[in-house]
Amino acid sequence: MSEELLRLENLSIDYKVKGGYLSAVNDVNLSVHRGEILAVVGESGCGKSTIAHAIMNLLPGGNEEIEGKIIFKGEDLRTYSRRQMEAIRGKNIGMIFQNPLDSLNPVYKTGKQVEEAILLDGIDRVQAWNKVLELYKDVKMPDAEVRANSFPHELSGGMRQRVMIAMMLSRNPELLIADEPTTALDVTIEAQILEIIKDLKKTYDTAIMLITHNFGLVAEVADKIAVMYAGEVIEYGDVYEIFEKPLHPYTTLLMKALPRKTKHEGRLQTIDGNVPRIMDKKPGCRFANRCPYAMDQCKDVTPPEVFVSEEHKCRCFLMEEGKEAEA
Amino acid sequence: MSAPMIEMKDVQKYFRVSKGLFKTGTEQVKAVDHITLSVEEGEIVGLVGESGSGKTTLARVLLSLTKMTGGDAVIDGVDLSKATHRDMDKLHREIAVVFQDPASNLNPRETVESSIMRPMVIHGVPRSKAKEKAREVLQMVKMDLKYLDSFPHQLSGGQLQRIAIARALALSPKIMILDEPTSALDVSVQAQILNLLLDLQEQMHLTYIIITHDLNVIKYISDKIAVMYLGQLVEFGPADVVGNHPSHPYTKGLMDAAPILDPRDRGKEKEIMKGDPGSLIDLKAGCRFYARCRYATDECKEKDPENRILAPGHQVACVHPLNIE
Amino acid sequence: MSSKSKETLHACLHNVNFMIGFFMLLSVVLVAIFADKLAPSGYTDFVDNAFLSPSQSHWFGTDELGRDVLSRVIYGTRITLKVAILGASLELIIGVVVGLSCGYFGGAIDHVFTFLTDLTWCIPGTILALAVVTLIGKSLTNSVIAIAMVCWASYARPIRAKTMSLKTMAFVETGKAFGESSAALMFRYILPNVIPSLIVMVSTTLPGTILSTTTLSFLGMGSQAPSPDWGLNLSKGMDYIGSAPWLSIFPGIALVYTVLGFSLLGEGIRDILDPHLKSQ
Repeated sequence: MSEELLRLENLSIDYKVKGGYLSAVNDVNLSVHRGEILAVVGESGCGKSTIAHAIMNLLPGGNEEIEGKIIFKGEDLRTYSRRQMEAIRGKNIGMIFQNPLDSLNPVYKTGKQVEEAILLDGIDRVQAWNKVLELYKDVKMPDAEVRANSFPHELSGGMRQRVMIAMMLSRNPELLIADEPTTALDVTIEAQILEIIKDLKKTYDTAIMLITHNFGLVAEVADKIAVMYAGEVIEYGDVYEIFEKPLHPYTTLLMKALPRKTKHEGRLQTIDGNVPRIMDKKPGCRFANRCPYAMDQCKDVTPPEVFVSEEHKCRCFLMEEGKEAEA
Repeated sequence: MSAPMIEMKDVQKYFRVSKGLFKTGTEQVKAVDHITLSVEEGEIVGLVGESGSGKTTLARVLLSLTKMTGGDAVIDGVDLSKATHRDMDKLHREIAVVFQDPASNLNPRETVESSIMRPMVIHGVPRSKAKEKAREVLQMVKMDLKYLDSFPHQLSGGQLQRIAIARALALSPKIMILDEPTSALDVSVQAQILNLLLDLQEQMHLTYIIITHDLNVIKYISDKIAVMYLGQLVEFGPADVVGNHPSHPYTKGLMDAAPILDPRDRGKEKEIMKGDPGSLIDLKAGCRFYARCRYATDECKEKDPENRILAPGHQVACVHPLNIE
Repeated sequence: MSSKSKETLHACLHNVNFMIGFFMLLSVVLVAIFADKLAPSGYTDFVDNAFLSPSQSHWFGTDELGRDVLSRVIYGTRITLKVAILGASLELIIGVVVGLSCGYFGGAIDHVFTFLTDLTWCIPGTILALAVVTLIGKSLTNSVIAIAMVCWASYARPIRAKTMSLKTMAFVETGKAFGESSAALMFRYILPNVIPSLIVMVSTTLPGTILSTTTLSFLGMGSQAPSPDWGLNLSKGMDYIGSAPWLSIFPGIALVYTVLGFSLLGEGIRDILDPHLKSQ
């Protein structure tokens, strides 16, 4: 296996809210390796974006409490000063966001904004501009030269997202965090962006952490998948393995909720109930109230993360007993 | 066979926009351009296309939220362009709508009960009967009656969408127009809403027009699929034909762009369409898909493709349709 | 709703500006209501010699005609509150009707009224109001009408903008689709959703209305003698500012107190209701 770039160790994030704490992320252990695409998937409010922002040290600040370690290339980012973090952001870890219009400054030409990022590395302007055009070609921007001289509002959503990716690539980061990068785009444009992401992995050996609620993206590009529920990673493993044989009851049900068939082949699986808001950290499985296989102990004891194989882990008592959730 | 529930012939909706610094000139935006399409009673028709393809404008025409500028549309026997006050009243009762955003589908300042009762009240249903019916439709969408007094901000996205559907059912409509009904919802909630929509359709023999950009949802739920591109209908036919063996190159590109839902399908060959649809403003003559089409010939550049019937119920607007013998 | 109103109440109780403003205005309102009981005499009664300085028997002194200044200040609260209520209602009615119809219908109506709005913003308010009063006659009510004619634009504009964004929202479109009339859409769907912003607007523009009306009275275009109007008293008192400053000082303090009360309350309400300033 290739070199480990990022490792989250027992990462927990709580938000202080009126009358207590809101547990956004709980005891997350994950790692991302060079050249690998890890998809962190889950429904809204499961804590996936909070993790991404915590890695970049971009949480709003003030009312959150973080525990655990965020280890990037052997060093805990949480011990870094603000200046050290600034040096890492963009250069070693890049991030692209959901809304590509908000992420670009409307009063500068897009090429200039990408150039600005390159200049940070002390390259002269002529070379930098050439690099911009090169990057625009890398992200398959049509008419690279024209687009580099366009303002953000003159570009379509897909093109803006390409500019964002070009900007992130410009400094050749080792890890790219993509937070719902295609949610605001048409499917056709989404497919184009996914092609670019796949190419990136190949040509630049960039590790990508893909944050998404869309299982389609996961199936398209991910190597590894971490399924989150109510702040916890409940299953992690190889993407083929998990799609073929999910172990955790939540993953199993979700897979059957995907519209993969036609209505003539039957109704979709649903999961009753709602995701709970975890306000107190009492032990117990967070999925217990909706789980069709829930046992007595699930309500009072936190299930441990069980390694089913070297690369596949699952947070469920059914694993411990060697049983599997029947499909 | 009885008359179709919805019959559109050359429906157009052109907007005029001012252009130039002093807004002296005007330009036409052909948001919906010569659409001919018919929908049978009890059918579920999926309407797909990229943003700007005119699918929402077409829905707004059917809902009489905007007037068409040309063509004919007959809905359950009512000719939209000649509709009297009374006809409109009938249409208001027969066509219901559910929009995408659960949070804005209901008036934030009204209770669930009052939101559901409102359509009945304005169509002259006595209050006591409306109250009763509100309870009935809420149960039809499998919601507890305790939510009658709730306000929208107290409910989740899935619950809000159920209530929007309940309100749509209040006047016992024949047609429901669903504009991205599940796009804002999570997978597990999406499944609940899709199942609910199918159950209701079966029970009440409703006709659905579902607009969405989620092609997997469309393939799951539709009987027929209509594909729009830059204001025009490029293909219309049975869901499995259009979804799996499309004849229009654009449909093929669109279907290939649909994300796979199983990594084992990664090997399958896909044709990723280049570029984006561009703008409706300076449209050139010839096929609108010309610039992005890999099968395009000179003929396509000059000639507007005509609607061809490939098989009964399957029409395509392409000079060189695919998958035909 | 109960949980929401409880939350709002909590926010009110913990907002210093709101609470101070609230109690200041409450005192003004109580004084106005119980003026007959609180005032030592009627505001037109000649009770003593003229120009008596403040003393045990006349706390605020007496004026040039020997009337009790305290009594006149107390009765003056009624006039100020009348101005506030009448002014706010007039401005609101014009502003809401114009703003809603411009935003909802757009087109020619919108063009005409937007032009009028821009026009009222280009002419200094007091001068325009003076012109209006000269046309329709000097009186307190007329001066309030004049101020309303000038100030409605500050309501109409934000309401128009809010209406334009609300009318494209799904619940309004849905209402239209099941056959709601334009009037119902405007007043049942859109207006209730504008009300929180309206409350903020009223509370922030009211002090201005009161001050403008006082200015008109001060200039002799509003209330006429023997009204206990503070503006009028201020202007009368100016003649004797050297020898009998209490004639203008006490109505002045009362005016500042009331306007400050409205301003603080307005600021508090804005903090509590304005979603832009609310951080979640």
